[in-house]
Amino acid sequence: METLELTQEEQFQARIDADIRIEPKDWMPDAYRKTLIRQISQHAHSELVGMLPEGNWITRAPSLKRKSILLAKVQDEAGHGLYLYSAAETLGASRDQMLADLHSGKAKYSSIFNYPTLSWADMGCVGWLVDGAAILNQVPLCRTSYGPYARAMVRVCKEESFHQRQGFEIMQTLCEGAPVQKEMAQEALNRWWWPTLMMFGPKDADSPNTAQSMNWRIKRFTNDELRQKFVDMMVPQAEFLGLTVPDPAVKWNADKNGYDFGDVDWEEFWNVVKGNGLCNQERLGARVKAHEEGAWVREAALAHAAKRKQRASEV
Amino acid sequence: MQVAPPTTHTPETQTQLFRYVLQLADTSLILAHRLSEWCGHGPILEQDLALANIALDFLGEARSYYQYAAELEGQGRTEDDLAYLRSAVEYRNPLLVEQPNGDFAATIVRQFIYDTFHYHLLQQLQAGPDTQLAAIAEKSVKEAAYHLKWSSEWIIRLGDGTEESRRRVEQAIASLWRYAGELTTPNATEKELQAAGLVPDYAAMLPQMEAHVARVFEEATLPVPQGVFMQKGGKDGRHTEHLGYLLTELQYMQRTYPGLTW
Ligand SMILES: [Fe+2]
Ligand SMILES: [Fe+2]
Ligand SMILES: [Fe+2]
Repeated sequence: METLELTQEEQFQARIDADIRIEPKDWMPDAYRKTLIRQISQHAHSELVGMLPEGNWITRAPSLKRKSILLAKVQDEAGHGLYLYSAAETLGASRDQMLADLHSGKAKYSSIFNYPTLSWADMGCVGWLVDGAAILNQVPLCRTSYGPYARAMVRVCKEESFHQRQGFEIMQTLCEGAPVQKEMAQEALNRWWWPTLMMFGPKDADSPNTAQSMNWRIKRFTNDELRQKFVDMMVPQAEFLGLTVPDPAVKWNADKNGYDFGDVDWEEFWNVVKGNGLCNQERLGARVKAHEEGAWVREAALAHAAKRKQRASEV
Repeated sequence: MQVAPPTTHTPETQTQLFRYVLQLADTSLILAHRLSEWCGHGPILEQDLALANIALDFLGEARSYYQYAAELEGQGRTEDDLAYLRSAVEYRNPLLVEQPNGDFAATIVRQFIYDTFHYHLLQQLQAGPDTQLAAIAEKSVKEAAYHLKWSSEWIIRLGDGTEESRRRVEQAIASLWRYAGELTTPNATEKELQAAGLVPDYAAMLPQMEAHVARVFEEATLPVPQGVFMQKGGKDGRHTEHLGYLLTELQYMQRTYPGLTW
């Protein structure tokens, strides 16, 4: 009888197929490592840049309670960034390099943050829709094949669901309030609906890497599957709020047990990806500015630590 | 847990206490607001988190004071009425906390000056005779101890770091030290409440505060400023020009859409 030996790569795939986690010290194909670093660092950058559109409103929040919840929420996003950078570091990426790639425009972050936040209702829409879409993207990643990533996502998802609830609650308060508040809520929904549908990425047909990522179980549903789930979840919630989703094509389809809906404006999608969104320059500019203006602080901390070490060795 | 019953005061004392608690509330809110402006713009992610953390502590403390102030006033005003519907001349925070963030060194110096006072104040207030004020102080003093440790460590790092950090921290001290004196200079309300034993004697707190500053500055290799002319007025509603802009932003929603629930 002849025994067939599995190649390293086949063994790796066999572990993944058996839902056994890959850990930092395990062998992994280069392409798996590279794809994961790209995916995790993009996610980390999104948390970081994602602080800006909401951070905008911390100083203008309409009550002390809202101010406190919003500040805590944006602070959570900074925490998510930290967990994710740490997860990427277990793959051999350095935070400095990842940040340099963000600042140079080589690395991407979620395009949704290139849209402006114009009214208080945007804080509701961002929590309800944007964090809602993030949850759909991220909950499956709690079972992703790479251990440190999966564990980071468990922590992140717990907080994201709290974010989503507080966003929905802002919307609910507006919708139950004065007419001017309900108008504010509808106007914000009109602006955020389509961009959040874009958060799931291009159509499956235009997403060539999906198959490989699904094989590696670093992606567990296709873009279109997630987009459908999102619409099915959000349309009834909008109805509950008394708001109208700005898509006349939205209609219940009993055959597929889901909603039909219209097509995303893919030209806008690709434009924002390419850097032509209203806020691309401001968002990246703000990150670069914070990093550059923080350089002397980081240098001082290092210099001081070195002096201490020096002194300790002299004693 | 047993909660001590609220302390009863004479109407005159109650009015003074309302003013004092409001002053504490305004101070914590304005500082929280300034710190929250850093959110998303910190020099490094870990410090972004720390700044937001400290801002949240001050915001929580401010809310406790506003709620207590509203109770003392007994006119049906809420924490939000007090925070959002008073003008700059009605605000009672000392000048220090309304000063703009500037660079990280200015934020640290402002924070260190206030933390030194805040921590020592809360230590006294938590043992004071007003049970509600004591309860707020007891909760906040633990946070204040952490704030003071954080800002002290940064003073040391910046003072004894690089040439640039030293230059920046010295510059921040030169522009902010003049606001330190107001913290421990009692206004009329504080004097009356000190006489009634409800507010600690600041003069008695000074030796400990000065000792802390001396210790930190020595480790930072920085000279302790001497003979600085001290500004005051914020605690009596005479502010620097910065406060108006801050309140314009803070109060934007409540002023634009009066009387709504958010
Ligand atoms: Fe997040
Ligand atoms: Fe996220
Ligand atoms: Fe979130």
